[in-house]
Amino acid sequence: MHLEYFHLIDRIAAIDPAARTIVVDAIVPRESTIFEGHFPGHPLMPGVLLIEAMAQTSGWLLIAILGFQRMPFLAAVKEAKMRTFVTPGEALRIDASVIHEGSGFAVTEAKIGVGGKTVCNATLTFRHAPFPNPDMRGHMEAMAKRIGFPEQAINHD
Amino acid sequence: MSSTFDEIASIIAETCDIPRETITPESHAIDDLGIDSLDFLDIAFAIDKAFGIKLPLEKWTQEVNDGKATTEQYFVLKNLAARIDELVAAKGA
Repeated sequence: MHLEYFHLIDRIAAIDPAARTIVVDAIVPRESTIFEGHFPGHPLMPGVLLIEAMAQTSGWLLIAILGFQRMPFLAAVKEAKMRTFVTPGEALRIDASVIHEGSGFAVTEAKIGVGGKTVCNATLTFRHAPFPNPDMRGHMEAMAKRIGFPEQAINHD
Repeated sequence: MSSTFDEIASIIAETCDIPRETITPESHAIDDLGIDSLDFLDIAFAIDKAFGIKLPLEKWTQEVNDGKATTEQYFVLKNLAARIDELVAAKGA
Protein backbone atom coordinates (compact mmCIF):
# COMPACT_ATOMS: atom_id res chain seq x y z
CA MET A 1 0.00 0.00 0.00
CA HIS A 2 1.04 3.57 -0.63
CA LEU A 3 -1.67 5.50 1.09
CA GLU A 4 -0.68 8.97 -0.07
CA TYR A 5 -1.02 7.86 -3.70
CA PHE A 6 -4.20 5.88 -3.09
CA HIS A 7 -2.39 2.65 -3.98
CA LEU A 8 -4.42 0.50 -1.65
CA ILE A 9 -3.75 -2.98 -2.95
CA ASP A 10 -0.39 -4.68 -3.39
CA ARG A 11 -0.96 -7.85 -5.33
CA ILE A 12 -3.73 -9.81 -6.97
CA ALA A 13 -3.56 -13.25 -5.36
CA ALA A 14 -6.30 -14.78 -7.50
CA ILE A 15 -8.75 -13.54 -10.11
CA ASP A 16 -11.41 -15.51 -11.93
CA PRO A 17 -13.44 -13.31 -14.29
CA ALA A 18 -15.68 -16.24 -15.25
CA ALA A 19 -16.56 -16.91 -11.61
CA ARG A 20 -16.74 -13.13 -10.96
CA THR A 21 -14.31 -13.33 -8.02
CA ILE A 22 -11.00 -11.79 -6.98
CA VAL A 23 -8.66 -12.05 -4.00
CA VAL A 24 -6.08 -9.37 -3.28
CA ASP A 25 -3.29 -8.94 -0.73
CA ALA A 26 -2.29 -5.66 0.84
CA ILE A 27 -0.13 -4.70 3.78
CA VAL A 28 -0.93 -1.59 5.74
CA PRO A 29 2.27 0.48 5.91
CA ARG A 30 3.90 0.84 9.31
CA GLU A 31 4.39 4.54 8.77
CA SER A 32 2.34 7.13 6.91
CA THR A 33 1.55 10.80 7.41
CA ILE A 34 -2.08 9.70 7.61
CA PHE A 35 -1.38 7.98 10.91
CA GLU A 36 0.00 11.20 12.35
CA GLY A 37 -3.53 12.56 12.31
CA HIS A 38 -5.59 9.38 12.46
CA PHE A 39 -4.93 9.23 15.37
CA PRO A 40 -2.05 10.76 17.33
CA GLY A 41 -0.87 8.04 19.70
CA HIS A 42 -3.39 5.53 18.35
CA PRO A 43 -2.76 4.98 14.61
CA LEU A 44 -5.65 3.36 12.73
CA MET A 45 -6.27 2.67 9.07
CA PRO A 46 -9.18 5.03 8.23
CA GLY A 47 -12.45 3.33 7.44
CA VAL A 48 -12.83 5.34 4.24
CA LEU A 49 -9.53 3.90 3.01
CA LEU A 50 -10.68 0.39 3.85
CA ILE A 51 -13.75 1.08 1.72
CA GLU A 52 -11.51 2.41 -1.03
CA ALA A 53 -9.38 -0.75 -0.83
CA MET A 54 -12.52 -2.85 -1.32
CA ALA A 55 -13.56 -0.56 -4.19
CA GLN A 56 -10.17 -0.91 -5.91
CA THR A 57 -10.31 -4.68 -5.50
CA SER A 58 -13.80 -4.78 -6.98
CA GLY A 59 -12.69 -2.38 -9.70
CA TRP A 60 -9.90 -4.65 -10.91
CA LEU A 61 -12.33 -7.53 -11.09
CA LEU A 62 -14.73 -5.43 -13.15
CA ILE A 63 -11.93 -4.25 -15.44
CA ALA A 64 -11.09 -7.90 -16.11
CA ILE A 65 -14.72 -8.82 -16.75
CA LEU A 66 -15.06 -5.83 -19.09
CA GLY A 67 -11.99 -6.89 -21.07
CA PHE A 68 -9.96 -3.84 -20.01
CA GLN A 69 -12.19 -1.72 -22.24
CA ARG A 70 -14.10 0.20 -19.60
CA MET A 71 -13.28 1.90 -16.33
CA PRO A 72 -15.46 1.38 -13.25
CA PHE A 73 -16.15 4.37 -11.02
CA LEU A 74 -17.47 3.99 -7.48
CA ALA A 75 -21.06 5.24 -7.31
CA ALA A 76 -22.52 3.97 -4.04
CA VAL A 77 -21.48 2.30 -0.80
CA LYS A 78 -24.03 0.33 1.18
CA GLU A 79 -23.98 -1.74 4.30
CA ALA A 80 -20.39 -0.80 5.05
CA LYS A 81 -19.34 -2.18 8.40
CA MET A 82 -16.04 -1.51 10.15
CA ARG A 83 -15.99 -4.44 12.51
CA THR A 84 -12.68 -3.87 14.28
CA PHE A 85 -9.60 -1.66 14.21
CA VAL A 86 -7.04 -2.11 11.45
CA THR A 87 -3.58 -0.97 12.51
CA PRO A 88 -0.23 -0.24 10.79
CA GLY A 89 1.65 -3.31 9.58
CA GLU A 90 -1.33 -5.63 9.33
CA ALA A 91 -1.67 -7.93 6.33
CA LEU A 92 -5.05 -7.65 4.63
CA ARG A 93 -6.74 -10.17 2.38
CA ILE A 94 -9.48 -8.57 0.31
CA ASP A 95 -12.17 -10.64 -1.40
CA ALA A 96 -14.72 -9.30 -3.85
CA SER A 97 -17.40 -10.81 -6.03
CA VAL A 98 -19.86 -9.40 -8.52
CA ILE A 99 -23.47 -9.92 -7.45
CA HIS A 100 -25.10 -8.06 -10.34
CA GLU A 101 -24.11 -6.85 -13.79
CA GLY A 102 -26.48 -4.23 -15.14
CA SER A 103 -26.34 -2.03 -18.22
CA GLY A 104 -23.48 0.37 -17.51
CA PHE A 105 -23.27 -0.54 -13.86
CA ALA A 106 -22.37 -3.40 -11.56
CA VAL A 107 -22.78 -4.28 -7.90
CA THR A 108 -20.16 -6.10 -5.84
CA GLU A 109 -19.82 -7.46 -2.36
CA ALA A 110 -16.40 -7.13 -0.76
CA LYS A 111 -14.76 -7.89 2.54
CA ILE A 112 -11.38 -7.46 4.16
CA GLY A 113 -9.92 -10.13 6.40
CA VAL A 114 -6.99 -10.09 8.82
CA GLY A 115 -5.75 -13.45 9.99
CA GLY A 116 -8.90 -15.12 8.69
CA LYS A 117 -11.23 -12.76 10.54
CA THR A 118 -13.44 -10.33 8.65
CA VAL A 119 -12.65 -6.77 9.73
CA CYS A 120 -14.94 -4.92 7.35
CA ASN A 121 -17.34 -5.50 4.48
CA ALA A 122 -19.56 -3.54 2.13
CA THR A 123 -21.81 -3.68 -0.89
CA LEU A 124 -20.53 -1.40 -3.64
CA THR A 125 -22.13 -0.04 -6.80
CA PHE A 126 -20.06 1.08 -9.79
CA ARG A 127 -20.88 2.85 -12.99
CA HIS A 128 -18.57 1.93 -15.82
CA ALA A 129 -17.70 3.75 -19.02
CA PRO A 130 -15.03 3.65 -21.71
CA PHE A 131 -11.68 4.93 -20.46
CA PRO A 132 -11.98 8.74 -20.59
CA ASN A 133 -8.58 9.20 -22.22
CA PRO A 134 -5.48 7.22 -23.30
CA ASP A 135 -3.43 8.58 -20.40
CA MET A 136 -5.73 7.05 -17.86
CA ARG A 137 -5.82 3.75 -19.64
CA GLY A 138 -2.02 3.78 -19.83
CA HIS A 139 -1.82 4.47 -16.13
CA MET A 140 -4.17 1.60 -15.41
CA GLU A 141 -2.17 -0.76 -17.62
CA ALA A 142 1.01 0.17 -15.74
CA MET A 143 -0.77 -0.37 -12.45
CA ALA A 144 -2.10 -3.70 -13.72
CA LYS A 145 1.43 -4.93 -14.36
CA ARG A 146 2.54 -3.76 -10.91
CA ILE A 147 -0.17 -5.68 -9.06
CA GLY A 148 -0.03 -8.88 -11.11
CA PHE A 149 -3.16 -8.40 -13.21
CA PRO A 150 -3.11 -11.25 -15.75
CA GLU A 151 -1.48 -10.03 -18.96
CA GLN A 152 -3.84 -12.07 -21.12
CA ALA A 153 -6.78 -10.13 -19.66
CA ILE A 154 -5.41 -6.86 -21.02
CA ASN A 155 -6.95 -6.17 -24.41
CA HIS A 156 -4.47 -3.95 -26.23
CA ASP A 157 -6.82 -3.08 -29.12
CA MET B 1 -50.54 -11.73 -9.54
CA SER B 2 -49.51 -8.08 -9.52
CA SER B 3 -49.04 -6.19 -12.76
CA THR B 4 -45.66 -5.06 -14.01
CA PHE B 5 -46.59 -1.48 -13.13
CA ASP B 6 -47.53 -2.46 -9.57
CA GLU B 7 -44.24 -4.24 -9.11
CA ILE B 8 -42.09 -1.40 -10.37
CA ALA B 9 -44.14 1.11 -8.37
CA SER B 10 -43.46 -0.93 -5.25
CA ILE B 11 -39.76 -1.09 -6.10
CA ILE B 12 -39.62 2.68 -6.59
CA ALA B 13 -41.54 3.35 -3.38
CA GLU B 14 -39.22 1.15 -1.37
CA THR B 15 -35.96 2.15 -3.05
CA CYS B 16 -36.56 5.91 -3.10
CA ASP B 17 -38.81 6.28 -0.06
CA ILE B 18 -41.62 7.74 -2.16
CA PRO B 19 -45.22 7.24 -0.94
CA ARG B 20 -46.69 4.44 -3.05
CA GLU B 21 -49.99 6.28 -3.53
CA THR B 22 -48.23 9.13 -5.34
CA ILE B 23 -46.83 6.81 -8.00
CA THR B 24 -49.15 6.38 -10.98
CA PRO B 25 -48.81 4.87 -14.46
CA GLU B 26 -48.56 8.43 -15.80
CA SER B 27 -45.70 9.39 -13.45
CA HIS B 28 -42.43 10.34 -15.09
CA ALA B 29 -39.68 8.81 -12.98
CA ILE B 30 -37.39 11.80 -13.41
CA ASP B 31 -39.68 14.80 -13.91
CA ASP B 32 -42.53 13.83 -11.57
CA LEU B 33 -40.90 11.58 -8.98
CA GLY B 34 -37.53 13.34 -8.88
CA ILE B 35 -35.53 10.14 -9.21
CA ASP B 36 -31.91 10.86 -10.10
CA SER B 37 -29.55 8.66 -12.10
CA LEU B 38 -27.91 7.13 -9.04
CA ASP B 39 -31.24 6.16 -7.48
CA PHE B 40 -32.25 4.78 -10.84
CA LEU B 41 -29.31 2.37 -10.68
CA ASP B 42 -30.83 0.92 -7.51
CA ILE B 43 -34.20 0.69 -9.25
CA ALA B 44 -32.63 -0.97 -12.29
CA PHE B 45 -30.85 -3.44 -10.02
CA ALA B 46 -34.13 -4.35 -8.32
CA ILE B 47 -36.04 -4.56 -11.62
CA ASP B 48 -33.32 -6.71 -13.20
CA LYS B 49 -33.53 -9.10 -10.27
CA ALA B 50 -37.32 -9.11 -10.02
CA PHE B 51 -37.93 -9.77 -13.72
CA GLY B 52 -34.78 -11.69 -14.64
CA ILE B 53 -33.82 -9.17 -17.31
CA LYS B 54 -31.20 -6.50 -17.93
CA LEU B 55 -32.70 -3.07 -18.50
CA PRO B 56 -30.71 -1.59 -21.41
CA LEU B 57 -30.10 1.72 -19.67
CA GLU B 58 -27.04 2.63 -21.71
CA LYS B 59 -28.88 2.06 -24.99
CA TRP B 60 -31.89 4.06 -23.83
CA THR B 61 -29.70 6.91 -22.61
CA GLN B 62 -27.84 6.98 -25.90
CA GLU B 63 -31.10 7.07 -27.85
CA VAL B 64 -32.35 9.99 -25.77
CA ASN B 65 -29.04 11.84 -26.10
CA ASP B 66 -29.06 11.27 -29.87
CA GLY B 67 -32.61 12.59 -30.16
CA LYS B 68 -33.89 9.22 -31.37
CA ALA B 69 -36.18 8.77 -28.37
CA THR B 70 -37.74 10.85 -25.63
CA THR B 71 -37.38 10.27 -21.92
CA GLU B 72 -41.15 9.75 -21.82
CA GLN B 73 -40.80 6.58 -23.89
CA TYR B 74 -38.69 4.94 -21.21
CA PHE B 75 -39.30 6.77 -17.95
CA VAL B 76 -43.06 7.32 -17.83
CA LEU B 77 -43.93 4.31 -15.72
CA LYS B 78 -46.63 2.80 -17.95
CA ASN B 79 -44.11 2.93 -20.80
CA LEU B 80 -41.35 1.53 -18.61
CA ALA B 81 -43.69 -1.32 -17.67
CA ALA B 82 -44.37 -1.97 -21.37
CA ARG B 83 -40.62 -2.04 -22.12
CA ILE B 84 -40.11 -4.50 -19.26
CA ASP B 85 -42.92 -6.72 -20.57
CA GLU B 86 -41.21 -6.69 -23.98
CA LEU B 87 -37.86 -7.66 -22.46
CA VAL B 88 -39.45 -10.45 -20.45
CA ALA B 89 -41.26 -11.72 -23.55
CA ALA B 90 -38.07 -11.56 -25.63
CA LYS B 91 -36.22 -13.51 -22.98
CA GLY B 92 -38.83 -16.23 -23.03
CA ALA B 93 -39.04 -16.40 -26.82
